[in-house]
Amino acid sequence: MTIEVNGRKIDWIENESVTKLLKRMKYTFPLVVVKINDKIVLRSDFKIKVIPDNSNIDVIHMISGG
Amino acid sequence: MKYNNFNEIRNILFNSSVGIAGLGGLGSNAAVSLARAGIGRLVLIDFDIIEEENLSRQYYFLDQIGKSKVEAIEENIKRINPEIELELHKLELKKGSMSELFSNVDVIIEALDDAKIKTEFIEEILLTLPNKSIVSASGVTGYGNSDRLETKKLGKLYLCYDAKALSSEDDMLYAPRVCLIANWEANLAIEILLDESQ
Repeated sequence: MTIEVNGRKIDWIENESVTKLLKRMKYTFPLVVVKINDKIVLRSDFKIKVIPDNSNIDVIHMISGG
Repeated sequence: MKYNNFNEIRNILFNSSVGIAGLGGLGSNAAVSLARAGIGRLVLIDFDIIEEENLSRQYYFLDQIGKSKVEAIEENIKRINPEIELELHKLELKKGSMSELFSNVDVIIEALDDAKIKTEFIEEILLTLPNKSIVSASGVTGYGNSDRLETKKLGKLYLCYDAKALSSEDDMLYAPRVCLIANWEANLAIEILLDESQ
């Protein structure tokens, strides 16, 4: 009953959305790319997408500059 | 060494194509490096014109101020390697149609400036062109801290990443670091092209 977020193992919480997970992880950057088990999650789906147990999650924050 | 000889590498690169979204600090420097490396075809997209301030880090010259970046990069690349085929688009990438111009390149480089547009671009490419490798960058501002840079490989997304750098609204953009990351992106593109050709 764990998930891995950016290489860190944490407890899995039933019915936790991407938005709630980002809040729990204290990731406050406004622009992030989230992949769950290597599949991209659209930002418009962050509130409804529920994190499955045993997921491997990557959260990358994008910052301006180029 | 995975290849029999340098000619084999040269041929693979000359028969490859890379698309670059944005021709600012990242894109102009990456494009020039890839041209020097002999990538046969480059698809280059930018809507902007060159301003004096751009010369602090972008691959343009004083006498090109006021020109469009696509026009100027074409001039500069032709002076280095006229054999490279260039497909130039002077346009602003808009959500919903960002991936269209990249469907026939082997590797895509995200070299945009604004974080929101970077994010939208990555989302759209990963969704609409799921088999295409995309190289992106985040965290280019400031000076020093070269060792903080890392490559994150997330499936087909390769990210040149410095998680601790500030946004360009809060920190300066300096040529050494911008060029370092632009060439990091170009270097990754070549690595991907050669790996995928195996």
